[in-house]
Amino acid sequence: MDCIGLCKLIFDAGVRNQELARFIGSLIGVLLVSGVPLLTVIVLIWVERKVAARIQDRIAPNRVGPFGLLQTFADLAKLLIKEDITPTAADRILYNAAPIVSFASVVAIWAVIPFMFANNPEGAIVGVDLDIGVLYFVAVASLGTLAIMTAGWASNNKYALLGAFRVVALLVSYEIPLVFALIIPVMFAGSMSLVDIVEAQSHMWFIFMAPVAALLFFTSSQAETGRAPFDLIEAESELVAGFNIEYSGMKFGMFFAAEFLHVFTNGILMAILFMGGYLGLFYQAIPPLGFLWLGLKGAVVYFVFLWLRNTVPRLRIDQVMGFNWFFLVPVSIINVILTSLILKLMQVSGFAPTNFATSNLGEMLPLTIVMLLKDVVIIAFILGRLGQEGRRARIEEQRANEALTAAAVGD
Amino acid sequence: MSVLNEWAFVGVFLLLAPIFPALPIGIAWLLRPNKPNVLKSQTYECGVETVGDTWVQFRVQYYIYGLVFLVFDVEMVLLFPWAVAYNQLDLFAFGAGFLFIFLLADALIYAWKKDVLVWK
Repeated sequence: MDCIGLCKLIFDAGVRNQELARFIGSLIGVLLVSGVPLLTVIVLIWVERKVAARIQDRIAPNRVGPFGLLQTFADLAKLLIKEDITPTAADRILYNAAPIVSFASVVAIWAVIPFMFANNPEGAIVGVDLDIGVLYFVAVASLGTLAIMTAGWASNNKYALLGAFRVVALLVSYEIPLVFALIIPVMFAGSMSLVDIVEAQSHMWFIFMAPVAALLFFTSSQAETGRAPFDLIEAESELVAGFNIEYSGMKFGMFFAAEFLHVFTNGILMAILFMGGYLGLFYQAIPPLGFLWLGLKGAVVYFVFLWLRNTVPRLRIDQVMGFNWFFLVPVSIINVILTSLILKLMQVSGFAPTNFATSNLGEMLPLTIVMLLKDVVIIAFILGRLGQEGRRARIEEQRANEALTAAAVGD
Repeated sequence: MSVLNEWAFVGVFLLLAPIFPALPIGIAWLLRPNKPNVLKSQTYECGVETVGDTWVQFRVQYYIYGLVFLVFDVEMVLLFPWAVAYNQLDLFAFGAGFLFIFLLADALIYAWKKDVLVWK
């Protein structure tokens, strides 16, 4: 991108210094790209509350504005004029930096998200089409983990510190299946650029070819955002509020805005990596329609995130850790092994295309069917194992109960 | 040149991103009342004054999780180039990457057998 697009417009508009034009161009680009998440988060807070209320059979805010749409602004005004207390014991610099880093890290993910189709060298309207886009998003997202840990540590509060401890164990552990699941779309597309990954899905979405990887990504990103059933970092019943217990006013608000936005961002990423991003009807003829498709797919995934959050109870910490290390990690490794093996065998024997973007539906179909079958086998195997484990656990529990009863009768 | 441009954009983005959350916090700083007193600024635990030092050492178990995570993460970063080049790989290069995944699985099995992954 040697001074094209925005940069060229500014150059023509009278800024004759090319470096300056480039800088102003990227400045405007950043503002445009980050405007999307910043506007979305205002709506998200309303959506989150409405959906949660619907699931829990409540009404949710409905007084401020039509359907309570202006409730967020009322809350914003409240947070702005609320006294903000920094405990004397806290580490002031880290304490104040944590909410800023937390929100900024989520906004920064949007730099690599392709919004719609365009006739430019990148092939899409995107902040920047990094050739290591996937790694960039993993790296920036883990800054958020760091921010939460910093917040817990800097508050100098025992509940907050326990929350920070759990962040170390929990969020860090769930990053492994997350990154493993990301290998699959990268392998299919042969590129880490998110635009290329979207292009590679033009004939078949990856969710049909790798449902297990999609499920792994979904589960571990739910854990990454620290939401139920994995919300141990802010478990109300044991840690009061976890890492954010000492925060009040706008800083507290920033943590929450960051969390909501992170969930939606994960929805969008899921849409891009597995559900074809901006691809859809007429996405080439009318590019803004692609933006709509992306938003719709992201919203569907976001809704499932909320659904899960509001229906499943919180797990115990040992269950959560066991679920990751003894279930998600082995499954993700096996998934990568099987997928790569089958794909390579099919490519060598000529049943699968080597370039998904330039192939066609007919070529993709045998591969999709085989991949789908493989995932069905994996899921069936997992369900069988889980059923066995469950039966064993129930029998053990029953025996323990019988022993207890016998002892009580003996008394 | 173009690669540098891309990263310049990311640099501008990362510089600007903290301004978005800092702005409302800054506005709140101008608008909100600020009357701290000794009782208000105490550590908020349960109404009683907090006992003992909070900044204690982490339990060693968290460290082990961190260590296992590090092993996996570093190895996974090495796996990504293999995944990118996957479609052009011949069988030998494919087998080498495959072996590497087995080494990864081996690390997991080792940690599993050592019982360090069980939450105590």
